[in-house]
Amino acid sequence: MDISTQEVKRVSVMTVKGRVDSSTAPDLENALKQLVEGDKTQIVLDLKDVEYMSSAGLRAMVSTLKSVKRINGDLRLCAPSPRVHEVLRLAGLTSIFNIYPGQDEAVNSF
Amino acid sequence: MSESRLSVTARYDRIKQICSFVVDAANVAGLDESSTFQCQIAVDEACTNIIEHGYEGEDKGRIDVICNTTPGVLKIELLDQALPFDLDKVPEPELGAPLEDMKIGGLGIYFMKKMMDDVSFSRENGTNKLMLLKRRAG
Repeated sequence: MDISTQEVKRVSVMTVKGRVDSSTAPDLENALKQLVEGDKTQIVLDLKDVEYMSSAGLRAMVSTLKSVKRINGDLRLCAPSPRVHEVLRLAGLTSIFNIYPGQDEAVNSF
Repeated sequence: MSESRLSVTARYDRIKQICSFVVDAANVAGLDESSTFQCQIAVDEACTNIIEHGYEGEDKGRIDVICNTTPGVLKIELLDQALPFDLDKVPEPELGAPLEDMKIGGLGIYFMKKMMDDVSFSRENGTNKLMLLKRRAG
């Protein structure tokens, strides 16, 4: 799994590539935590290149969403693959997260 | 029928290898892409539970994976010597709960049951055996 972050219009866009599973999810959670601790509370997680995500990845995202919501921020998702979307839907998370088809839409939603 | 076996140390970073092994078996069985993905998720969640709750940490034992394939059907068996584990005693996750009350624990077993056609657990002579069965969609 690879993670990169860039600032776009005062929004932190984190792009993740590869597999998010029990082995890699702690790295994702730590990267998101660092953003929140750095007062970055408007976050877009770009999932376009995430080929696979287990519940460990969902746990990392829900944990971050809880943290940013407490300080009036938001973690918004974009471009999940059909498979990742299926995992989100089964976990009941499609109604918890704001999910956008592309990065531009997600960034402009803030 | 074709059978393949894999034995790995119970570590999170070996789960990718187990998934790859299961994908190969799913291809032999002729499962479609969606079913193959669901097998990966189910096996991933099962192995995560074995390491986290069974062995209570990494490098405490092994996980043996046995895949049996027939056309359109994949049977996966996961064997470990960790603590006994009762699938039915794990409460289902509260899907739809408000965010603040949401707990992601328990989701792994829920995924297994949702994504596979049959899931069963047994324990014999100190060995846990989790059986996951997937049939080709349609």
